[in-house]
Amino acid sequence: MLSQFLQFLFSGVTIGATYALAALGFSIIYNASGVINFAQGEFIMLGGMAAALLVAQGVPLPLAVALAVAVVSIVGLLVEKFAIEPAKDAEVVTLIIITIGASLFIRGLVQVFLGKGSHLLPPFSGDTPIGVLGATLLPQSLWALGVTLLIVALLAWFFTRTLQGKAMLATSHNSLAARLVGINTKMILLASFGLSAALGALGGILVAPITNTSYDIGIMLGLKGFVAATLGGLGSGAGAIVGGLLLGIVEAMTAGYVSSSYKDAVAFVLILLVLFFMPRGLFGARVTERV
Amino acid sequence: MNRRILMTMAAAGLAMASMGAIAQGGNIKIGSVLSVTGPAAFLGDPELKTLQLYVDRINAAGGVIGRKLELVHYDDGSNAATANGFAKRLIESDNVDVIIGGTTTGATMAMAPLVDKAGVPFISLAGGVVIIDPVKKWVFKTPQTDRMAAEKIFTDMNKRGIKKVALLSETSGFGQSGRKETKAVAAKYGIELVADDTYGPKDSDVTAQLTKIKGTPGVQALLVFGLGQGPVVVTKNVVQLGITLPVYQSHGVASDEYIKLSGKAAEGIRLPATAMLVANTLPSSDPQKAVALAYSKAYADKYKEVVSTFGGYAYDGLMITVEAIKRAGSTDKAKVRDAIEATKGFVGTGGVVNMSPTDHMGLDLSAFRMLEIKNGDWVLVP
Repeated sequence: MLSQFLQFLFSGVTIGATYALAALGFSIIYNASGVINFAQGEFIMLGGMAAALLVAQGVPLPLAVALAVAVVSIVGLLVEKFAIEPAKDAEVVTLIIITIGASLFIRGLVQVFLGKGSHLLPPFSGDTPIGVLGATLLPQSLWALGVTLLIVALLAWFFTRTLQGKAMLATSHNSLAARLVGINTKMILLASFGLSAALGALGGILVAPITNTSYDIGIMLGLKGFVAATLGGLGSGAGAIVGGLLLGIVEAMTAGYVSSSYKDAVAFVLILLVLFFMPRGLFGARVTERV
Repeated sequence: MNRRILMTMAAAGLAMASMGAIAQGGNIKIGSVLSVTGPAAFLGDPELKTLQLYVDRINAAGGVIGRKLELVHYDDGSNAATANGFAKRLIESDNVDVIIGGTTTGATMAMAPLVDKAGVPFISLAGGVVIIDPVKKWVFKTPQTDRMAAEKIFTDMNKRGIKKVALLSETSGFGQSGRKETKAVAAKYGIELVADDTYGPKDSDVTAQLTKIKGTPGVQALLVFGLGQGPVVVTKNVVQLGITLPVYQSHGVASDEYIKLSGKAAEGIRLPATAMLVANTLPSSDPQKAVALAYSKAYADKYKEVVSTFGGYAYDGLMITVEAIKRAGSTDKAKVRDAIEATKGFVGTGGVVNMSPTDHMGLDLSAFRMLEIKNGDWVLVP
């Protein structure tokens, strides 16, 4: 009985960690610009694909991870430079639609040049399951969870303790005022895309050994990550983690105790309820907008 | 200015009219709508490559009844509604003589009413039994049905004395159709389904469902019905949880990629598949051996990638069409349809095809071989 419950919990944590990583990327760009970047899923996909291809070419894993993160960060910067920046005076909704276009573009390119097949990335520390009271957990899930927590801690430090982080937050609150006090808002937006692309890539690499990776994996991860981010409260690091884990655990528990046919439905009902009673999500800032 | 536009339009109209006239007496137009991109791309991509390869080969050898083949292709992006639109275009503006395609059951069923109404011979490359049951006058198909896959699996289970089976199916169209057919034929083979769970095609973890199945009393085997990425996750999770039940997969994962992605976890798994995968190890008395080997070689030579079962369906569809046009001696749609329906003893990659007015697929259970994965390769189960 207990072992079953634990297994459902581990399953939920494994899924939830992947959602949380995706949710974090959404939060950073949202913090810097108020834009929801729907190309976030593609950054995740690119990270996993790049690392898998490099490892397949014989590049050692740590180097492959570093290279993949670097390449995807550059892609993130390019997206900002050539798709977002030329339209920087447009409405937020327009920018969001541009990110959807960017995601289709990236997915299309990968499909043409890297093919439609699935790619394999070996787990970081083997695939021998760890047994806990009759339930089992893959070491890779611990990697995903651990790195996610580490990233959140680093981000919290970055946003509250460094000048650049504070500048990023200031830009999101009032871009004009930020510019008046001497913050280069253009650079901030560029940096936020680079940072979230790097995070997305790292997430994609951590998840790839669990799910394998293919050109279209970003759609699902992006969507669920967005849901997790909204659930936890857009813009909040802790919210992204809690939202992701909660979503994953609810899905796994529903599949285990109720029926796997309802697992997506229950998750979405939960989101409706949360948004109905707490429109800014579980950890969202209480903001009153002047009308 | 206005006059100029008018004249241009008139000229364009004339050009189009004359092109139409040439097409009718000239090339044999083979229309196709395939899912070359999107989730079903791993099916549609080899299908299109196969059609292109063999249309070129047939033309190089002089064509059919003295005319060249011309492939008119559209990609539906794995979207059934798009497939419907393209079928309309093939029939109404491209004036094709025959249509091959519909990669998925959904796309095929979206195209079928149009094709039936317009009266164009149509060979689908999708698995669902609904395509040919009930029989539609103009609609045929080449792949084995999911019902046959379930029957083949149950036959093998009977041999091993397995009676209580847990079913884990994908929420995709393929998985749900498979689930329906599995449930429909289980009783006939004396099999009891003691669990009936599902997972999403993009799920990254299914240990919750598998834990439940593991704890189900009396369960003797696990049957997974899905395609592509999902079954790989299931396979790995089975090993993670230390489940030792015999595992059966469907023909949806019958490709080398499945073994490559699953690694050691795939050892001992059984699944029904066409002769294509084991063409090398078939006895030389097997009628399919020569056909399957020739197709594999032609495909691998041209595209430098490993052949899959799915491209074979397109090969069968094209060859059945070509044979039928030869026998009909023309591209008259009604005559070609009758000739396709009269196909007897055609040896394809998917099996030996014997069509009839009541059977628009023409395959029996012998079209499936039961395979087991041993040491990272496919082995025939006797």
